[in-house]
Amino acid sequence: MVPAGWYLALAAALFGVGAIGVLVRRSVIVMLMCVELMLNSVNITLVTFARMHGSLDGQVLAFFVIVVAAAEVTVGLALIVNLFRLKASTDADRVDELRA
Amino acid sequence: MTTAVASAALPAVAQQEQAAGSGELVGFFALGAIALGAAIAVVMMRNPVHAALMLVTNLLAVAGIYALLEAPFLAVAQVIVYAGAIVVLFLFVIMLLGVSREERLGGGIPLQTPVGLAVGAALAVVLVAGVAGPFLGPEAVCGPEGEAAAVGAGEDPQCAGLAEANEAGNVRGVGEILFTDYVWPFEVTSALLVVAAVGAVVIGRRHEPASDLVDGAEPSGAGSGTGADEDGEVG
Amino acid sequence: MALESVTQAADGTLLWWSWAIPVLPAVSAAVLLLLGARMRRAVAAGLALGSVGLSAVLSTAAFVAVQAGGGEAVVRTVARWMPVGDLQVDWTILLDPLSTVMLLLVTWVGLLIHVYSVGYMADDPRFSRFFAYLNLFVASMLVLVMAEGLLTLFVGWELVGLCSYLLIGFWYERPTFASAAKKAFVVNRVGDAGFMIAMFVLLATAGTLSFTELVPGGADALGTGTATAVGLLLLVAAAGKSAQIPLHVWLPDAMAGPTPVSALIHAATMVTAGVYLFARMSPVVLPEVGTAVAWVGAITALVAALVACTQRDLKKILAWSTVSQLGYMFIAVGVGSSVAAVFHLLTHGFFKALLFLVAGSVMHAMDDETDVWRMGGLRRAMPWTFATAVVGWAAISGVPLLSGFFSKEEILAAAADTPGAGAILVIGLVVAGLTAFYMTRWLVLIFLGRPRHADLAPAPHPHESPAPMVAPLVVLAAASALGGLINLPGSQWLAGWLEPSVAPFEPAEPMIGHTLLEVVAVAIAAAGVAAAAALYLRRVDHERLRERLGLLHELPRESFYFDALYERAVAAPGHALARGSATFDRVVIDGAVLGLARGTAGLASLGRRLQTGWLRSYALAIAAGALLLVVVVIARVV
Repeated sequence: MVPAGWYLALAAALFGVGAIGVLVRRSVIVMLMCVELMLNSVNITLVTFARMHGSLDGQVLAFFVIVVAAAEVTVGLALIVNLFRLKASTDADRVDELRA
Repeated sequence: MTTAVASAALPAVAQQEQAAGSGELVGFFALGAIALGAAIAVVMMRNPVHAALMLVTNLLAVAGIYALLEAPFLAVAQVIVYAGAIVVLFLFVIMLLGVSREERLGGGIPLQTPVGLAVGAALAVVLVAGVAGPFLGPEAVCGPEGEAAAVGAGEDPQCAGLAEANEAGNVRGVGEILFTDYVWPFEVTSALLVVAAVGAVVIGRRHEPASDLVDGAEPSGAGSGTGADEDGEVG
Repeated sequence: MALESVTQAADGTLLWWSWAIPVLPAVSAAVLLLLGARMRRAVAAGLALGSVGLSAVLSTAAFVAVQAGGGEAVVRTVARWMPVGDLQVDWTILLDPLSTVMLLLVTWVGLLIHVYSVGYMADDPRFSRFFAYLNLFVASMLVLVMAEGLLTLFVGWELVGLCSYLLIGFWYERPTFASAAKKAFVVNRVGDAGFMIAMFVLLATAGTLSFTELVPGGADALGTGTATAVGLLLLVAAAGKSAQIPLHVWLPDAMAGPTPVSALIHAATMVTAGVYLFARMSPVVLPEVGTAVAWVGAITALVAALVACTQRDLKKILAWSTVSQLGYMFIAVGVGSSVAAVFHLLTHGFFKALLFLVAGSVMHAMDDETDVWRMGGLRRAMPWTFATAVVGWAAISGVPLLSGFFSKEEILAAAADTPGAGAILVIGLVVAGLTAFYMTRWLVLIFLGRPRHADLAPAPHPHESPAPMVAPLVVLAAASALGGLINLPGSQWLAGWLEPSVAPFEPAEPMIGHTLLEVVAVAIAAAGVAAAAALYLRRVDHERLRERLGLLHELPRESFYFDALYERAVAAPGHALARGSATFDRVVIDGAVLGLARGTAGLASLGRRLQTGWLRSYALAIAAGALLLVVVVIARVV
């Protein structure tokens, strides 16, 4: 069997890639996708520990994460649609109304 | 690009693969490589449509990893919810807005790209070292007892605790715990979904004169709302 | 001895309502200040008059009650004010012959002035506010008069000062009026300092400020040193409040206020406080201190009378006249005859209130003209005003059988009966002549002779004042004429009445027979009247006369340069200090503050750059923070 640490290392790598995506990409749509990547990496961690500890609680929590992620994407995409109407663009750098 | 990264990652763990020598190990490396490669591709693809397709690839690979980790219910839910609903929603919005053109990288804030790369990479390294590091040995397979806690021999061993929990099937196990121990979070989550659906309708509504409001709210509001409803049914 | 027969109203009900006497006008003042702007004028005036009227009725009742008690003092503790360790300060009311007679003067004359103000201030936009201040003024004076101890008296003393500030500066839109109010306030503070130090000394030595504990013992109980110090400090206080040299400079400027206020300040309230204080403390005043008081009074009387002879402003003449007459009262308390001082205080209260209200009536008719050289011949247009003015003139000039004649004679007689007061007596006689002179001048220039206002532009059309203004004139004229009855040489009713309250006057061998003194005084007054009539009724070249008199005319005209002296000696160094402080404030204090502010602003503008408004930069900050946290957590676990 594969030790838990390998799965965890994969999850950490996915998390890092997702973070890089959020930080580097300018399209808000892709940024949202990268957030999904990060959420998934955390889910892998949860499921891995669920197996290691021999309990289903981690799987249930991962399930909740999936549901909440769905809600988050729904609202996030609605925001993006609104933003696009306002700016005619999905470029995150075009939005700087909060600039001091 | 994707294959290059995946193949670069493979040789480093090739020896351990042979040492372990089980079906799970093969599956892990194959699916892990696909997931990681697809994730990197999501970040590097300039066209949002391509990025979304790579995301679907990544999500399916992660669903496979769930299956490897003896969580078949989650694997199925992952395929239905993520690949079936969320990514479709992404694609839907991309098409709706017509932004499927090339996107410029960099720009804007000075040093954002290099610093972002450095921070993300450092996060990954620190997490690997800090979270994965302590569990790399064979004793970390099924908790402190290690391999000894595994039941069943040959091609398909299982951890003892999880095997017990999954005795009547994984779906039944998850369902029982979800509707007993976790019934309150479950209900709250369903309320959250409703709120999200309503919120999406309100946010996505076009702000035009009242007479046009019903027609104007149709495309985006209805689209988002439908997506949320689908998610709710799945949950 | 005075106040020995004090009782803490044994049955607990005697005069229990006496606290309402000052509280009623005070409440009315508060209501008018808070709600007056929305009241109709009739309501506001009704409230003000009603409260003072009720207060006057209660004062009369208190007077009657004290009289029924045979002049026995009533002490009532109304409220506990400051219990501080051993020092227990209460608001305690003292009702004895002296305070009740003062109550009568304050409330009734105050009421008449209120009535007069209804007509005089009818067109003023701040009508209700004026009555609020008037009410507060009366209330403050009542607190002062009814006080049982120096501390309570000081509260009234300060409130009176505040009210005078508010009322003198009532038309604060005019800078000169506002600065006159400030001047009155500041000069009064000098006297207040004396008052406070006197209280400190008394607390430190005698341990009490209560009249019923201090006064019966007299000066002996205090010891000579303390009694001298307290007496001289109280002289400073009284000089400030009662406008005696050298603190007299505020009173002539106080003319800036509306004329009813002048009447109130000069007759019923405020300036009489100093005389009242000395009458109240008379048993404690040593003869040596008394001599100083008498000399201050004498010099003030003379200087002010001289100044009054040269002024052109009809209210300023009266103001200097008040200073001069207060000098008489100080002579009286100085030589030890508090009865004579209070007697003159009362009669002066009547005729000076009358004269000021006459002046107000004249100004009302002349479109606020105040220069007597631009009046003349007003007797035809204003018969009532003229008739009452003649009564007032006769009373103050010392025409026999009118009130001023008796009270002035009493003072002169007291001076004549005091050894070593010969010079003061002479000054008093001279001032009597000067008084007759300047008052005749005032009367002649305003009411008699040929009208000199026809060529003014716009020419005023003199007319009689409305009934609310004339009625108080008539009442006060009657009081001025008959006021002497309260202490006729034969009956001496006031002397008998005040006997329990004040130190008795022990006459020595008179320097001059009292009958002869009366004849001399009347002769001198007649000479003054004749001189003024000769100068101002006939055609005299006044310009040449002034040139001939030279310094003798210039010094009084310029009020003996007191203001200029204070300007040089006090105000100029004060200005220099203020400028220095301002520079220090601007350069050092402001520099530090502004420097700090600029530094903060600089730091802030540096920090502001962090707020780029770019989503990704915030995300980067969050990621970096998360990285840091993970590193810290892992480092601690490992």
